[in-house]
Amino acid sequence: MTRIWKHRLFWPIASLLGLIVINSVARPQFLSITMRDGELYGALINILRNSAPLMLVALGMTIVIATRGIDLSVGAVMAVSGAVALTVIDNAADPDNLGTVLGAVGLAVLVSLALGAWNGFLVAVLGIQPIIATLVLMLAGRGVALLITGGFITTVNSAPFSYIASGYLTVLPFAFFISVAAITLIALVERRTALGVLTEAVGINPEASRLAGVRARGIIWGAYIVSGVLAGVAGVIYASNIRAADANAAGLFIELYAILAVVLGGTSLMGGKFSIAGTVVGVLIIQTLESTILFLGVPSAQSPVFFAIVVVIVVMLQSSRVRRGFARLARLRQRRAPDGGPPPDVDPDLEPKRTEVAA
Amino acid sequence: MSVTTTERRPVRAESRTAALQSFLGRRAPWAPTIAAVVILLILLVGAEAFLRGDFITARNLSALLLDNAYLLVLAVGMTFVILTGGIDLSVGSVMAFTGILGAQLISSGVPVAVAVPVMLAGGAAVGLLIGVLVQYFDVQPFIASLAGLFLARGLAFVVSLSSIKVEDAGILWLQSNRIRLGDWYVTPTGIIALVVVALAAFVLHLTRFGRTVYAIGGSEQSARLMGLDVGRTKVAVYVISGFCGGLAGLMLTAYSGAGYPRNGIGTELDAIAAVVIGGTLLTGGRGYVAGSLIGVMVFGTIKTIISFMGAEQSWMQIIVGALLLLFIVVQRGIVARSEHRR
Amino acid sequence: MPATTPPLAPARDELPPIVEMRGITVRFPGVLALDGVDFFLRPGEVHALMGENGAGKSTLIKALTGVYSIDAGTITIAGEERVFSSTADAQAAGISTVYQEVNLCPNLSVGENIMLGREVRRGGVIDWRATHAEAQKHLRALSLEIDPRSLLSAHPIAIQQVVAISRAMVLESKVLILDEPTSSLDRDEVDRLFAVVRDLRAAGVAILFVSHFIEQVYEISDRITVLRNGALVGEYRVEDLPRDALVTKMIGRELDDLEALSRTAHRQIDRSGVPVLRAEGIGRRGMLEPADLEVYPGEVVGLAGLLGSGRTELVRLLYGADRPDAGHVSVHGEQARITSPRHAIDHRISFSSEDRRAEGIVADLTVAENIVLGIQARRGWTRKIRKSEQDALVNEYIRALDVRPAAPDAVVANLSGGNQQKVLLARWLATAPELLVLDEPTRGIDVGAKADIQRKVSELSARGLAVVFISSELEEVLRLAQRIAVLRDRRKIGEVDSSEIDLDGLIDYLANEGKGDAA
Repeated sequence: MTRIWKHRLFWPIASLLGLIVINSVARPQFLSITMRDGELYGALINILRNSAPLMLVALGMTIVIATRGIDLSVGAVMAVSGAVALTVIDNAADPDNLGTVLGAVGLAVLVSLALGAWNGFLVAVLGIQPIIATLVLMLAGRGVALLITGGFITTVNSAPFSYIASGYLTVLPFAFFISVAAITLIALVERRTALGVLTEAVGINPEASRLAGVRARGIIWGAYIVSGVLAGVAGVIYASNIRAADANAAGLFIELYAILAVVLGGTSLMGGKFSIAGTVVGVLIIQTLESTILFLGVPSAQSPVFFAIVVVIVVMLQSSRVRRGFARLARLRQRRAPDGGPPPDVDPDLEPKRTEVAA
Repeated sequence: MSVTTTERRPVRAESRTAALQSFLGRRAPWAPTIAAVVILLILLVGAEAFLRGDFITARNLSALLLDNAYLLVLAVGMTFVILTGGIDLSVGSVMAFTGILGAQLISSGVPVAVAVPVMLAGGAAVGLLIGVLVQYFDVQPFIASLAGLFLARGLAFVVSLSSIKVEDAGILWLQSNRIRLGDWYVTPTGIIALVVVALAAFVLHLTRFGRTVYAIGGSEQSARLMGLDVGRTKVAVYVISGFCGGLAGLMLTAYSGAGYPRNGIGTELDAIAAVVIGGTLLTGGRGYVAGSLIGVMVFGTIKTIISFMGAEQSWMQIIVGALLLLFIVVQRGIVARSEHRR
Repeated sequence: MPATTPPLAPARDELPPIVEMRGITVRFPGVLALDGVDFFLRPGEVHALMGENGAGKSTLIKALTGVYSIDAGTITIAGEERVFSSTADAQAAGISTVYQEVNLCPNLSVGENIMLGREVRRGGVIDWRATHAEAQKHLRALSLEIDPRSLLSAHPIAIQQVVAISRAMVLESKVLILDEPTSSLDRDEVDRLFAVVRDLRAAGVAILFVSHFIEQVYEISDRITVLRNGALVGEYRVEDLPRDALVTKMIGRELDDLEALSRTAHRQIDRSGVPVLRAEGIGRRGMLEPADLEVYPGEVVGLAGLLGSGRTELVRLLYGADRPDAGHVSVHGEQARITSPRHAIDHRISFSSEDRRAEGIVADLTVAENIVLGIQARRGWTRKIRKSEQDALVNEYIRALDVRPAAPDAVVANLSGGNQQKVLLARWLATAPELLVLDEPTRGIDVGAKADIQRKVSELSARGLAVVFISSELEEVLRLAQRIAVLRDRRKIGEVDSSEIDLDGLIDYLANEGKGDAA
């Protein structure tokens, strides 16, 4: 029974491989990686590098979704984080000072942590629906970011800051290492400790978990804090990439792409069982698709159409109506095979109970 | 603001003995909306006091309706959806898509009589897609309307990557024609918006469809067990919301004299905020379109005050966010109390 | 309890049934929920449908009302064979249902709830004045004087139920199904409801009544149909079926199986020492009047009372699942502040909720994960239970409680109710409690699992575990508990020694004790 396509990651990975195959047939240079000055370049490397912000946000979103929640504010948190970091660097005497940059990044992440804690407070303590609770910050967050930058797009020239998004550590982009570090850290914490299974328990049945003594409130709160911190780091990477804090554009729609990545990775939006590996694959699918769309000469502004189609297909495949349809098809085939034998869904254990029918 | 009267229930208590308590018992659902009216009054009077008496003027109040007519139409559509317990994140994008679509059609010589119905139908079609996903494929409204948001935003850019000027006199007339009464004025867009509000209030309170919307928001399972047509109603509210998105697209095109694919990013949040500030419960089943009208006015007033004070527009988002938070927390309290009582 | 069985009008028997269900079979994946059941309902009778949880009562109702489609059999309404595809269909054919949780819209007015979909309209526009007047008329027909414009949610459940019946009458229903309507009503409210039911019966409405309160069934019904395990046991006139015969038919052979356990109840308990738990005046406004309770080591204390009597509320307050606003608790003689389940667990108190699905199992996790959840929660997330430790523990409990299938990696949602209950018991036993609180641990599970669980409780208490045991089956409480605390109307009304009372005595105590002097 353990056929390979029954594995929950089969379809995500197959889709990713399919996309890569299509790309490499359509443009042979897709797979080619060149070495320049001891640094690797190429379409695949770009995908790894550019996916870093989405990767971080999607990881946080996975944890939040596992608790039956959702975090719509990640884009706004990114904007705030970028604004904080750049404003600190901009006001510093020496923007090229490594200490200044580290301090700025640290402060940005700290502010993001506070914003995540705020979301967690609304959801876990006040018991407000997650969509609505995080909507508040989604709305107000960009305003805060604009206030911090004074309504302008703050730009800086700081070599250490630019390094975060554009620099290379040995042969690969530094941003890629941030992704890997985040994935490893999250995966280790969730799976090596009991946090993962407790999070799933809370997501599947919050009341049963509470009665079992699980600190559901703390776990939910923690999930939003993690999401905030990761979004903060993503905001720093984004700002570093464009060397500016753009409160309106930073992280715009990223919450939607992150949710899409989580769903593509096979984690249900109803909470509970989650897959970090699935989310990683989901992010890579999105990034590869984005790269494909760009390659096809479609302006990036139009790419949402493709993602809309992907979302519709994925949610329809997950819906019970379509699944029932498939199941009925499969059963029809099964029924026809043993020339009209009894349908297979009768529990034989229950058959003997027929006997005791009194008139 | 006199429009609120269209909302009043046509029935009055005939029983003389009906004491204050019974009155309050019946009218309790109005409490959040009344709170919104109070907030609006405080804002207006406060602004009048602080800005040395040149705020509450006929010109300003007329402009309030003019500037926010499209938002009002969006909020009305959103009210239908939220009353059923759903949410529609696509309206801002739908507005942009239909706006640019109309501008494109008109600029390429299609008559207005064709272009406008196409815009409205385009909005309704996106709504239909969302409604079908929600009702027949059990997709959460949030996700389904997210797909709608992506689709409409992408399609807007497919129609055109840059803004298209609209020079059709008919369209521009919607905005430029001012029917004056002293210093007061109203534009055709304003009239359209008010008609939409009145029509929505009529449908929600005096037709079976409208009552089914409330019943679904109260308890979808009960509505189904009561034999109401839940499926068709749920699809219909998203179609209505999409249609309102199309209408808002038309009005925004008239307002700005152009279609622009980047219009309305985040406007869905403004619409949701206006609806919630107007006293509609996000969990569904309670609220009034008149409340949404008040919510939009609160929204518009804050915006005007900010520009009067010369403050940063970013305060707008923060203040609306804070108001949203306030109302959500209060709503949460109301729901918790009624749960406790049951 | 005055069981006024009204005389059955002989002519009624001659009336042809308005509902004829023949050979009804309903299958779910892996379960045969109904197996060729016949059921007949005649105009002007109250017909009780009896059976334990899982017997197929609600499946039969849902088959009749078009919620489930039937796999075999025929449904004939007033002589015409019908297939309903929805409740709306069934309603149109004159079959209405009033459920336990009132299925109305709390956000709408009473009148609107009655008239929804049937509003008085003029040219498509609802005439509210006429609609509410019409609603008032229907309410008055059931002797209910409330303002039809008031919000439904402003009224207690009992009133809401009568409103639901009014709605059924607006639809001119010939058949009224009352599905556990009395489970959250107090005695006066039940009387009011029954008065309405008698009026409707007199008016010729056919009433299908489902209840687990045997006394109420005898009070109101003319006829009884008994189901067991999805099959028909038989249809009886109420005067031909004594209570003990009914119980035997409902539960089958298990009565004998479990007799052997009755020794537990007669074990002597040493109450001279310090109790494991002593609660004094613990209560919460609107939930439970302040009550006292003591549990000694090795003792099983039963809580008897009807659903909604406060028995579940009492243990939830003790466990900190709900926060008490009065009283104090001491554990082993020391003051304890228990305001959350974690506090209780820290004091070695475990609680298994009556609602297995919503508050017990974590459906998508495996058997092993569900069993260790309690310990893991106690240890905190940083100290994960090692795989080897987990395997040993899980296998031990699977064997000890005979969980089937004996697969630690099986997803708990796929287990039968009885085995899920065993998994929950394992979760709590694994935390090594000193006081185990079990709320309806045997409800809706098969006989074998029931016996296993009772045996285990008896065994553990003999080894010194203190147990609080709640069950709506009083026999079970009498069999297991040495002492029984009796609750009624959200109040503890007294305690009895189970060796000094029998079932009838307990029922009498539960129904009548303290009625005279209650302030």
